[in-house]
Amino acid sequence: MNRLLSSEFVYNYRRNIPAVLGSVLVLVFAFLAIIGPFLVWQDPYDVSQLELMDSFKPPVWLEGGDPRYLLGTDGQGRDVLASIIYGARISAFIGLAAMICSCVIGTTLGLMSGYYGGTLDAVIMRIADIQLSFPSMLIALFLMSAFGNGIGMILIALTAVGWVVYARTVRGSTLGEIQKEYIQAARVAGLSDAQIIRRHVLPNVLTPLIVVSTIQVGSFILIEASLSFLGVGVPITEPSLGLLVKEGFDVLFSGIWWTSAFPGLFIMFLVFGINLFGDFLRDELNPRLR
Amino acid sequence: MAEPLLDIRGLQTHFHTFGGLVKAVDGVSFDVKAGEIVGLVGESGGGKSVIGFSIVGLIDPPGKIVGGEIRFDGRDIAKLDERAMRRVRGREIAMVFQDPMTSLNPVYTVGRQMDEVLRLHTDLDKAARRARCIRMLEDVGISEADKRLDAYPHQFSGGMRQRVVIAIALLAGSRLIIADEPTTALDVTVQSQILKLMRRQVEDTGAAMILVTHDLAVVSEMADRVVVLYCGRVIERGLTDEIIANPAHPYTRGLLDSIPRIADRQHRLRQIPGTVPDIRSIGLGCSFRARCSRAQSLCAERSPDLAHVRGSLDAACHFPLEEAAR
Amino acid sequence: MTQPVLEVRNLVKAFSIGGGFFDRLQIGGGKLIAPEKVLNAVNGVSLSIAPGEVLALVGESGCGKSTVAKTVARIHAPTSGEIHIDGTEVSSLDQKELRPFRRKLQMIFQDPYASLNPRQRIKDIVIEPMRAQSDRKMSGRELDAEAIKLLGRVGLNAEQANRYPHQFSGGQRQRIGIARALSVRPKVIIADEPVSALDVSIQAQILNLMMDLRDEFGLSYLFVSHDLSVVHHIADRIAVMYLGFMVETASRDQLFANPRHPYTQALLSAAPSVDKSLRKPEVEIAGEVPSALNLPSGCCFRTRCPLAFSRCAVERPALRPQPGGGSVACHLHDPAPEAFTS
Repeated sequence: MNRLLSSEFVYNYRRNIPAVLGSVLVLVFAFLAIIGPFLVWQDPYDVSQLELMDSFKPPVWLEGGDPRYLLGTDGQGRDVLASIIYGARISAFIGLAAMICSCVIGTTLGLMSGYYGGTLDAVIMRIADIQLSFPSMLIALFLMSAFGNGIGMILIALTAVGWVVYARTVRGSTLGEIQKEYIQAARVAGLSDAQIIRRHVLPNVLTPLIVVSTIQVGSFILIEASLSFLGVGVPITEPSLGLLVKEGFDVLFSGIWWTSAFPGLFIMFLVFGINLFGDFLRDELNPRLR
Repeated sequence: MAEPLLDIRGLQTHFHTFGGLVKAVDGVSFDVKAGEIVGLVGESGGGKSVIGFSIVGLIDPPGKIVGGEIRFDGRDIAKLDERAMRRVRGREIAMVFQDPMTSLNPVYTVGRQMDEVLRLHTDLDKAARRARCIRMLEDVGISEADKRLDAYPHQFSGGMRQRVVIAIALLAGSRLIIADEPTTALDVTVQSQILKLMRRQVEDTGAAMILVTHDLAVVSEMADRVVVLYCGRVIERGLTDEIIANPAHPYTRGLLDSIPRIADRQHRLRQIPGTVPDIRSIGLGCSFRARCSRAQSLCAERSPDLAHVRGSLDAACHFPLEEAAR
Repeated sequence: MTQPVLEVRNLVKAFSIGGGFFDRLQIGGGKLIAPEKVLNAVNGVSLSIAPGEVLALVGESGCGKSTVAKTVARIHAPTSGEIHIDGTEVSSLDQKELRPFRRKLQMIFQDPYASLNPRQRIKDIVIEPMRAQSDRKMSGRELDAEAIKLLGRVGLNAEQANRYPHQFSGGQRQRIGIARALSVRPKVIIADEPVSALDVSIQAQILNLMMDLRDEFGLSYLFVSHDLSVVHHIADRIAVMYLGFMVETASRDQLFANPRHPYTQALLSAAPSVDKSLRKPEVEIAGEVPSALNLPSGCCFRTRCPLAFSRCAVERPALRPQPGGGSVACHLHDPAPEAFTS
């Protein structure tokens, strides 16, 4: 631990204000998502805790605000802050789970593609090319509307969109690594292809994946929010941040701006924080793959 | 004796890294006269390339020239600002690198890159410039120069590219050429062609050359004088023949003994034990003491200064080798 | 004569370049074709190494010497030709069948930075070939002890065994690579430019170590290098390669005292030396090595040879044994063939 704290990585991190800001934002959101439900007094999805009398209360600093509802309430009397915290859990779960799924699938395909080359490589990469020639939103939209919604479907749709980035990154680094003599040395040592891939190639292509994964989580959260906003995302019983924005949007033009604006801002700061931190990681890890 | 063209006194170039201050060049002094080839030799970490970059003012942060003078033609160019330095670089001082690809721009033809030099430094018209470029390419041994002028760098082989770089250096009429491992990436037969070319060009134009290399054999064939570097300091300097035949510093002796000799084959090579130390951890005393068979307690207490030993040789050693050490 | 530990006959290696089928696709003569571009890296090389012998392959970049090394080590599959390791033909075996023979033939690589996996502890690097090739299961502790013993033999101590490659200097890394090759007690080690990336003083240490290990373990080396002074130091016999052909083989002393092929002569005279007395009369050759994509007709060296004559462009000279030992592929050293008229 001490070695880590005195390392160059930590040293550079502490001097990089955007990186610190980004990671603080991410940490705050992670903290809220994990223990947030204990911080707010209302469970917005427990109907017994809702009071219709309190619907459309403005934020506390505006006239008519109620100190119990810091950021106001929506049409069913739900505390906007509580909804955001519960929604953030769902958004974060979807982002992380989709990242893990696409990372596993994409990395496997990328390793095979780069290591074996030839026809297998051509097939995988052409599929990736076709995939990339469609906007990712379009693919997700198509899959969601064809096969119905639900968190499981969203994960499948996001994985279908996200594996390409991993496969391409991993294939690229694999091609670089297998040129190196230590791979040839492993062959001379008598290792099988599977052993070479697992013990030698995989550990050396992981570093860029950390960067890709960080950025991917952010973009998955955004795609999920967009899908939910368009009404093909999460079901109404498990509202993510995107769905909150959509619900608030319906009443936005009657002057009730807080029910959509706050979840929207929350998404913005969350993704902004993730991207700042991801940029730092890219600068730190990419030039010298350690 | 004529004033030296380049006179470096007490040059210090330091790098501030995370791991601490690296004194890559720490008080280096030597001079180069017009028409002379001076070899800078040493192993990696000796600071030989950093000296080259310091002379042309191409030290980027975290590196910085923190002390000493680089007197070129009587004025201290270490103090010049970037704009003034740009005029010196390229026109008066040219550099030839190990990888000729880095000094040629891949998207322009060779002719255009040569023409640019002339446009900047002369007021010849277009046809005259082209004629001169062709003549210069022929001078450096490129046949069909007229046609080759319109080719791109990647259409040349490694040796040909290095010839082009040398041609560009000569075209500007540079008075000092710093060649940083110019033949390390080349094959021996091509290397000998390029070395011969450089030698001839120095003789013909009267330019001076600093030849930075790790290869003592190349230096012994090319240079008039040699400066041996170790851990950022000059540990020995003098006339090439004298250093090669009878070095005064144990490190130079060790380097020479490490080279397998065709004339005198031993079953085992005499090796220098250990490795070059981390510059940051040398502390007091001589940087070579840990690997030196002659080291005594004095060597750990005080770092030796460069002092005259015999003949043309100056060495930084408390216990320099005698004339007939072999 | 004892059986050679390594014998190679007529080894040919051609690389197909220009990418996959789709990358090569083009329209030619009104039809869709995918022409194949072939790089002839090695064109029929034969060599044999006796137990305890050091054979050096010398030549300039692109002469195919590294390809010979890597094809013999079966990193590349040979296009044709035979490779006998300790009497068994292995060129047609697949990777799995090859495994028992890997124990007899190991390799040391050129680049001390790229030849070690940066994510492996050096102990594990040394253990890996033992684990992959040993026929009896060794326990983790046995393997560790063996690795530490080997590392100790090449000059590294036990505490260093748990470190990662980036904590070592170039010379130390090359020692680790040597320990890895030694770990399965091979008979032949193929050394592909093992010292060319090292500083002179470190180079001497590694060469000394390699010579000591040869005496201690009775190793043979196939030593690939471009550096003639290094080759002179380490080799018993030398084979000179040019453009994928072997142009001359001779014992060390004979080759340096009396080079017969014009290319060997040029190579020797071009090599810079600190010994002024040794400078040979100049055999100047112009130009550079032609492309292996498009070999010259006849003799591979004729485009640069100062002594080339008409026959050289027509007929490719064969490597013929010479009176006094060694062999040369040059028409100047041929018995004049009756059939040939110019």
